[in-house]
This record gives sequence, C-alpha cells and structure tokens, in this order.
Amino acid sequence: MSDKEIDQPTGVETTGHEWDGIKELNNPLPRWWLIILWISIVWSVVYWILMPSWPGISGHFAGIRGHSDRENVAIAISALETERSAQMQQLKSVSSINDIESDPQLLQFVLEAGESMFGDNCATCHGAGGQGFKGYPALVDDAWLWGGTLDNISKTLHHGIRSTHPESRLSVMQAYGELGVFNGDQINDMVEYVVNLSGRDANADAVARATPLYQQQCVSCHGVDGTGDQTQGAPNLTDAIWLYGGERSEIYETIKNGREGVMPHWTDRLTDEQITALAVYVHSLGGGE
Amino acid sequence: MSGTQMQSQASTDLGGDRMFVWGMLIILAFWSLFTVARSADPLMGAHAALFLGASVIGIFAMIAHRTSGYVAESDSYEMGVVKAGVFASVFWGIAGFLVGVIIAGQLAFPNLLYFPELPWTSFGRLRPLHTSAVIFAFGGNVLIATSFYVVQRTSRARLWGGLTPWFVFWGYNLFIVIAATGYLMGITQSKEYAEPEWYADLWLTIVWVAYLFVFLGTLLKRKEPHIYVANWFYLAFIVTIAMLHIVNNLAVPVSLTSSKSYSLFAGVQDALTQWWYGHNAVGFFLTAGFLAIMYYFIPKKAERPVYSYRLSIVHFWSLIFIYIWAGPHHLHYTALPEWAQTLGMTFSIMLWMPSWGGMINGLMTLSGAWDKLRTDPVLRMMVVSVAFYGMSTFEGPLMSIRAVNSLSHYTDWTIGHVHSGALGWVGYISFGALYCLVPWLWKRKELYSRQLVEWHFWISTLGILLYITSMWVSGIMQGMMWRAYNEFGFLEYSFVETVEAMNPYYIIRMLGGVLFLIGAFIMAYNLWRTARGDVREKEYVRDANIAAIPAE
Repeated sequence: MSDKEIDQPTGVETTGHEWDGIKELNNPLPRWWLIILWISIVWSVVYWILMPSWPGISGHFAGIRGHSDRENVAIAISALETERSAQMQQLKSVSSINDIESDPQLLQFVLEAGESMFGDNCATCHGAGGQGFKGYPALVDDAWLWGGTLDNISKTLHHGIRSTHPESRLSVMQAYGELGVFNGDQINDMVEYVVNLSGRDANADAVARATPLYQQQCVSCHGVDGTGDQTQGAPNLTDAIWLYGGERSEIYETIKNGREGVMPHWTDRLTDEQITALAVYVHSLGGGE
Repeated sequence: MSGTQMQSQASTDLGGDRMFVWGMLIILAFWSLFTVARSADPLMGAHAALFLGASVIGIFAMIAHRTSGYVAESDSYEMGVVKAGVFASVFWGIAGFLVGVIIAGQLAFPNLLYFPELPWTSFGRLRPLHTSAVIFAFGGNVLIATSFYVVQRTSRARLWGGLTPWFVFWGYNLFIVIAATGYLMGITQSKEYAEPEWYADLWLTIVWVAYLFVFLGTLLKRKEPHIYVANWFYLAFIVTIAMLHIVNNLAVPVSLTSSKSYSLFAGVQDALTQWWYGHNAVGFFLTAGFLAIMYYFIPKKAERPVYSYRLSIVHFWSLIFIYIWAGPHHLHYTALPEWAQTLGMTFSIMLWMPSWGGMINGLMTLSGAWDKLRTDPVLRMMVVSVAFYGMSTFEGPLMSIRAVNSLSHYTDWTIGHVHSGALGWVGYISFGALYCLVPWLWKRKELYSRQLVEWHFWISTLGILLYITSMWVSGIMQGMMWRAYNEFGFLEYSFVETVEAMNPYYIIRMLGGVLFLIGAFIMAYNLWRTARGDVREKEYVRDANIAAIPAE
C-alpha cells in the first residue's frame, strides 16, 4: 500500500501511505502560514533584544530598552502623587475639617477620593450607596448613633466602635433576657413600651407594667423620653428607624439577647487624610449634622 | 480491516497483565485497609473506604473473569473497552455540563442554591467538580476511548497488554470518583486543575503509566510500516501529561494516613510550576489529544485524504516544542520576574501558527467534499469544532500579550476564551467522534436519527454563542471598569459595582449553558437508541426520496 497516486478531486499526489483507509496528500506548507510563522519568530527575537528576556547563570538579559515593571509602577505612583500634591498639601494644612466644605475645589477632590475609598472599604457593610442593612447603619439618613458632625464621623472612622483600638467608642446594649434581668413576660411588656415610644398602637396595660422597668434599666442610656444619647451611642427609640428591625419579634430579640455590633477602626489601613476625605464624603451622603 | 487478516499474537499477552492487575488490587486493598483502620482523618477514612470497596470489587471481577474461562480472541480488536469509554464519556459529559449550569446559576443568582449548612453545595467546591468533570472525566474518557480505537485501527493490531486496557479504564474512572468526592468533601491541594491530593495523584500516576505502556505496546506491534499522525498526537499527549502530572504534584504528605500534603515548591516557583502544568494541560490534553481525534475522525467521516502530510509534521513538532514554554503568560504582572513573562508571551505568539497548522489540515481535508457539510451534521459539527479551535488559538496568543492581558486577566474574558475552546473545540470534536463511534462499535448502519443530530448541533451552537459573546462583553466591561479613573486618579467604580454590572451577562451565560446541556441530552438519547439498533425509518426513507444522502 505504498503506491503514490493522484487524488482525483484535487489533482494532488498522495504520500502513498494508508491507514485504515486514510491517505495523506502531499500538499506543501501554505505560504502565508509559513510567512506568518517566520514573522512571529523574528518579532519574538526583536522583542527579546528590546525587553528583559533570557536568563543566564546569574541574573538575566535586561533588554536594551531597560524596561522594568517595578520601576514603572514606582514612577506612575510618584507621578500621581505629584499630580495630587497641591490638593493633598491643602488637605494636610487645613486647620479644621469643617473648613473643607467652604472650599469648592478642595471639596470636589475630597469627595471623589472619599467616594472611591467608600466603595472599596465601607460599601461591603453599609451598601454601595450607604443605604445600610439590618445591623449595619444607613448613612444616608439623619439618624446618627454616635453623632453626625464631621468631627464625630471622623472620630468613629479613626477609632471604630467596639473595635480593638484603645480609644474605641464603647457601649453595651445588654442581653436583658439572657442575663436574667427581665423574664419573658417582662420582655413582652418592654416590647410594648418601645412600640409605644415609637408612636404605634400598643397594649396600654403592658406599657403601664413596663414603665417602672424602663425607668430602672433603660433611662440611663435611652433617656426619659426615649430619644437616645449620641455620647453613648444609644439609639433614638421614638423614630421609625431601626438598626435591628422594629417588628415586635425583632425588638424582643434585641432586648433578650442584646446587641453589640462592631465597626473596625481604620487608622491601621488608611491615612489621616484619607479618613478625613471619607468623613466628608459620608457627611455629604444626606444626613450630616 | 477485519480481524481474520491479523496474525495471532496470543503468546505475548498472557500472564503478565493479570499479575500486574492482581498486584495493584492487592496493594490497593492493603493500603486502604490499613488507612481505614488507622486514619484519624475522617475524610481520608472515607476515601480509603472507597478505595477498599473498589479493590474488593476488582478482586471479585478478576476471580469471576478467571472462573468464566473467557479467553479473548487474540486476533481481533479489543473494542469492549472502547465501548465502556464511550459510555463513560457520555455519562461524565452530562454530569460535568450539569454542574457547570448549576454554578453558572449560582453566579447569576447567589441566593438560589445557598445552603450554608451544606458546604458541598457551595460554589467553591462545585467549581473544581465542574472543571475536572468536563476536562478529565468527559475529555479524559473520550481521549482514552478514541485513542484505544484509533491506535488499533491505524496499527492493525489488538491493544497490547491483555487486561491492562481495562485496568486503565477502571483505574482512571476510580481516580475521577476519588477526585470528585474529594472536592465535595473539601479535600484539595489548591492547584487549579490539579486539586486532587497526593494519594489520588499516585494512583493516577500508576494508571497513566499503564496507559502509556498499552499505547506504546500497541504501536510497537503495529502491522503498518509508519505511525499515523493521530498516534503522534496521542503519544505526545500521554507522555507530556505524565511528566506534567508528576512534577506539579510533587508533594510531601503529612502522613501516610492523612489526606493533606505540602507542595515541594513554594511561592512564585510553585506558581510557575502550577501554570507550566496548567497551560500544558490545555496544550497537551485539550489540544494535542483532541487534534489526534480530529486527524482520524475528520478524514474518516469526510472520506478524504489528510490535506498535507508535511504540514502535519511541521505543525506537530513546532506545537509540542513551543507550547511547553508558554505557561508564564498566566502570571503576567505578578511576582514572576519580568523576563519570564517576556518569554511566556513571545512563545505564545510563536505558538499561533503551529496551532493553526492543525486547523488548516482539519478544514482543508474537506477539499473536494465541502458538499457533505450540508447533508452530514456529524461532519459539520467536527468542522465547526475546528473553526472554534482556530478562533480560540488566535484569541489565546492575543490574550498572552502583556498589554492585552493587563485588561483581560482575572476577568470573564478568560472564562469566555476557555469555553470557546472547551465547548466549541473539545466538546464538538468529542461529540463528532462519539456520533461516529457508536454506529461503528455496535455495528449499526446509521445513527438512530440524523435529525436529532441537527437539533443537537443548532441548540448547542446557539448555546456556545450566547456563552462566549456574553463573557466577551462582561469580561471587557469588567476590565474597563476596574481600570476607570476619575480626573484625580481615583478609582471610578468599586468592586461591587462591577459585579452588579455583570449580572445580566451571567444570566445569558447560564442560558447558554442550559442550551449546551440540552444538546448533550439529545445526543445521549440518540446514541442510546443507535446502540440498541433502532432507526427512525421515516427519516431515512424521506432522505432517500430526496436523494440527498451522500455516499456513506
């Protein structure tokens, strides 16, 4: 079976081999194919000469262009720093964070910086637009646990809440049920009291029963009228905003098990200027005091 | 070529193969018994029990084989193992595509299949299950089945090694089960496409070396003067995968009864070894292996000679020489030294034409038979497969260019690229081969239904196009969003905004996957009816009336 023959449809000679009925034509390499193959080889050799390429015994050929990714990154970063240096200098030298909002150009820079950092550091918990989730406060409304002034927001960002920072903001919503301070009935009464505080219909008898309990246990943080206290991070119970939900079952759970949400401190990850920018951005989201 | 024309070669096939299989089964049984008894690691205990069960079944099968007194006809082809491989291919293919659809659904709708109390349902465990099921379980069984078929037919010799081919088939599928259950239980060495732990790797090494011996042994006793080109590619695939598998999996187990091991390499060396492996798994498993399928099944189905013998030689050697250097392009702009990135990129560029050599040979083999594309959907499927091969082997070098890679890397563009190769090239050439093999192996004149092949072809093609176009758009968009800066050089978008933007494309991708899966179900049904010997008479009667059937 090694007879060369001419293939009828194409008029090309076969190689004379045959396997299980399969033959091979003796076509030459396509010219365009060969040309592009050679071009890609020549191009590669030129590229090797220009760029860091073949290794030797110690080190490698650096290429005649002296190209280096690491150097280029360093150059690009310092170029960016130079470009921003005027605004950065201004931001560093600003005497009070409150002065930033009165300088429109600086404000624009700070808001863009803040928005960028918010997306990659804060949005995970507080939502892309700062809308918040259950357990993670909304930043777009005017209800603030620890205060919504620029200074307050900046302090919260620096030190965190119940964080590992020594100057962290600290407060405790105790687990009144778990600790045995209130029994189940008392918690149910307390729930009615809180519902009543927020201006909804509640069982009047239960509210009456709960009133002395509220005076003993809750007043010190949430206040006589239930409007809370920002110096202690105690939420206002008279509005319609609920960090952990305002349904009776949710309020029950909060009183029974307590709440101790954590916000990390950012001094280890962000510079003072970055935190300032973030504070101004958060302040601008809608509810800044 | 019928069996009677072959000479008897009984003497060389007796004895040794059975001793080998018995030896392996006994070693496996002892090791797994020891591990079941001693292991403090419940995951390892579960795997050892699986190994123990498999070895006990194997021992019973060997006893049954012996007492049955069955003696293989040494002058005929060994086609039973090929049939088993066809069955396994279809089974694992559907399993792998199904898991792919599930994880595509998880990406599009994160809450849809979210069961925190069932860790094995999480994306992180199902993803390697999908990749290994399609590449190694589906692709691997297709390669084993077709290589056993092709090497016999083109060598005019029965498979070497008596029972060894069966050992290869069952051993390989045991490895698949070990790997798959391991992923679900959370056993992984965290190397992409090489996730199975050390004991599974050792088992695969034994199986793979046996595979190499079967293949080489058959080639050595061939009755043809030359080795057919498909067999060069199969051999390159088997030899290189053995080398890649062994080097990348060099590791020190914590103990003989622990499922955990530590890689021999650390840091960037480990990363480079991994991508040398990963890239060449693509090169030698998914490219060379399936080119071998193309080199047999396309000329056979088209009944035309291979376009150019010279091209096959030049592109074979250039492909295997250049492919092995291209791995570093997976590590652009990382801790990998820049000179290594340069070499990875330039070798990838030089790889373009050697890859296209296979495409030219595949497509041009149709010269003088282009009309068959209209009437033969199986041939059309294989030709479209070669077209996808050409597209993705152009896209690959393009994406290896550092400037392009800085946009494409880590984005869905990579996923789209992989799937144009996997669904288009590997999937379609495999489906084509299966559609050819089933009538040949079960000695049927025709497929049960050619119409169903048409349905399979068009539904899957639509699925592939939805998949890759959505991933192009989503990937390029993702890359552009990552690098978008505002006027002061701050990032324009946060990560979560890019994820949100990709969501519609994730849904389109999932739909593409669903279509591809439906196509595979149609194929399975058609192949099953074909193997049973059914024929959709009216279809063929009608075709005969139209007189459009090409000479078969």
